[in-house]
Amino acid sequence: MTDNNAKEIIKQYAIRLGDDALVQGHRLSEWCRNGPFLEEDLALTNVALDFIGRARMFYSYAADIDGGDYSEDSYAYQRDCRDFTNLLIHELPGGDFAFTMARQYLMDEYSLMFMERLCDSSDETLAAVAAKSVKESRYHLRRSRDWMLRLGDGTQESHKRLQKALGDLWGYMPEVFELDDLEQGLADQGIAVDSAALKGGWEKAVRATFSEATIDVPADDWSVRGGRQGMHTEYLGHMLSDLQFVQRAYPGQEW
Amino acid sequence: MIYNLCSAPTRARNGSLNNAADTIAALPLEEYQRRMRRADSAQPELWALLDVVKDPEIPVISIWELGVLQDIEQREGSVIVTITPTYSGCPAMSVIAEDVVSALGEGGYPNSEIVTRLSPAWSTSWIVEEAQEALRNYGIAPPGQACDEVSCPQCGSQNVRRVSEFGSTACKALYQCGDCAEPFDRFKPI
Repeated sequence: MTDNNAKEIIKQYAIRLGDDALVQGHRLSEWCRNGPFLEEDLALTNVALDFIGRARMFYSYAADIDGGDYSEDSYAYQRDCRDFTNLLIHELPGGDFAFTMARQYLMDEYSLMFMERLCDSSDETLAAVAAKSVKESRYHLRRSRDWMLRLGDGTQESHKRLQKALGDLWGYMPEVFELDDLEQGLADQGIAVDSAALKGGWEKAVRATFSEATIDVPADDWSVRGGRQGMHTEYLGHMLSDLQFVQRAYPGQEW
Repeated sequence: MIYNLCSAPTRARNGSLNNAADTIAALPLEEYQRRMRRADSAQPELWALLDVVKDPEIPVISIWELGVLQDIEQREGSVIVTITPTYSGCPAMSVIAEDVVSALGEGGYPNSEIVTRLSPAWSTSWIVEEAQEALRNYGIAPPGQACDEVSCPQCGSQNVRRVSEFGSTACKALYQCGDCAEPFDRFKPI
C-alpha cells in the first residue's frame, strides 16, 4: 500500500468518527429550549457542544489529510445523505426524554471504552483527539447512567418509557460493534479501534446498569445496519435539511 | 505523570514534619514544562504581551493562567503561538485565537500564527494557583487541586449541593449554597 492510500483510508475513518459526533451532537442540540427543566436543558446542550467540538477535530484532520479545498465545514454542510457514514443509532430522532437518555447512555458507555482505546492509536492525531474526548465522555457517562437509574427505578411511567426506548434502540447496537474491511485493516495496523473487541465489556457494564435500574435486557431479535456504507434511515435526510439549510441557501456564507 | 516539585512533606529546622504550610501540590509534568518554557523564554516580553488576553467567558483570568497558552516562538519574522483548547466544543477558543492575534498586532508583531495542540489534553490542574483565588473572588468555585472539597465562593460554607453536572459554559457545573442560598458555578475538575 502506498503512503497516499494509507492516508486516504485514515481520512475515511476520521470522517466516520466525525459523522458520528456531528449527528449525535446535532440531535442533542435539538433539545435546546425543549429540555424538561433548565439545568437539564443546559446539560443536553453542553454535551451537544462537546460532540460538535469532537466532530470539528475529526473533520479538520480529514481536511488536513485531503490537503485540497475541503474544510471541516465542507464535510458538515456540503455532503448529501449517502456521503454520511455515521452509525444509524445517532440519526434517530430524539423522541422523548427517555429515548434520548437511553441512547445517550448506551453510546456513552461505548464511547468511553472506544476513546480509551483510541488513545493508544498509532496515529498521533487520532490519539490526541481521543485523549481530549475521554475526559468529556467520563463526565457524560456519569450523568446518563444516573438518568438510567432515575428513570428505570422511578415512576411507573418513567420505567415504561425507558423500557420501550431501549427496546426501540436495541437492534441498532449490533452495527456499533461490527467492522468492515476498512476498519478491520486499520485496526490490524493499530490505528483504528477494534470495536468488536469492546462488545463483551460493554454488555457487562450495560447489564449491570439495567439490573440496578430494574430494566429488562431487550430481546436480540432484530437488527439494522448500513450507516458506515451510507445507507441510512429515512430520518437523516430530514435532519440534514435542517442542519445544512443556511449553507445550501447561501453557499459560503460566514458569520 | 506527576512531577514531584515539592510534594513530599518537608522537614523543618526543628525536625518536625510540616505537612500543610510548606507543601505545594504536585504539578503534572507537562504543566511544569509549560511553566519552564515561559521562565526560560528568550523573549519574556512576548509572554507578557499575551497576559492581557483573558478568557472571554471569565475575564478575570488570562489564557496563561488558565493553562491554554502553551508556547510562543519566533520564526522568520512570524510569532507562532501554541494553544491547547479547554473543551473540544468551547466557542471561547476561536475568540481567544482572535484576541491573541490582535494583542500581538498591537504590540508590534503583525505576523502571527496560532497552532492548536491537542495532546496532552488540557487539565484543570494546569490553572495557576493565583487564578484559583481570582476565580473565587469572581464568584466561581475553583476546581481545586489537592482535594475535591467545594465551598461557596460567597460565604465559604461547605454546605453546598450540586444542582447540575453542567452549567453556563462547558467548563462549569452548577451548585447552590445551603447556607446563603446563592447559586454558583464551579469549574469542573478534569
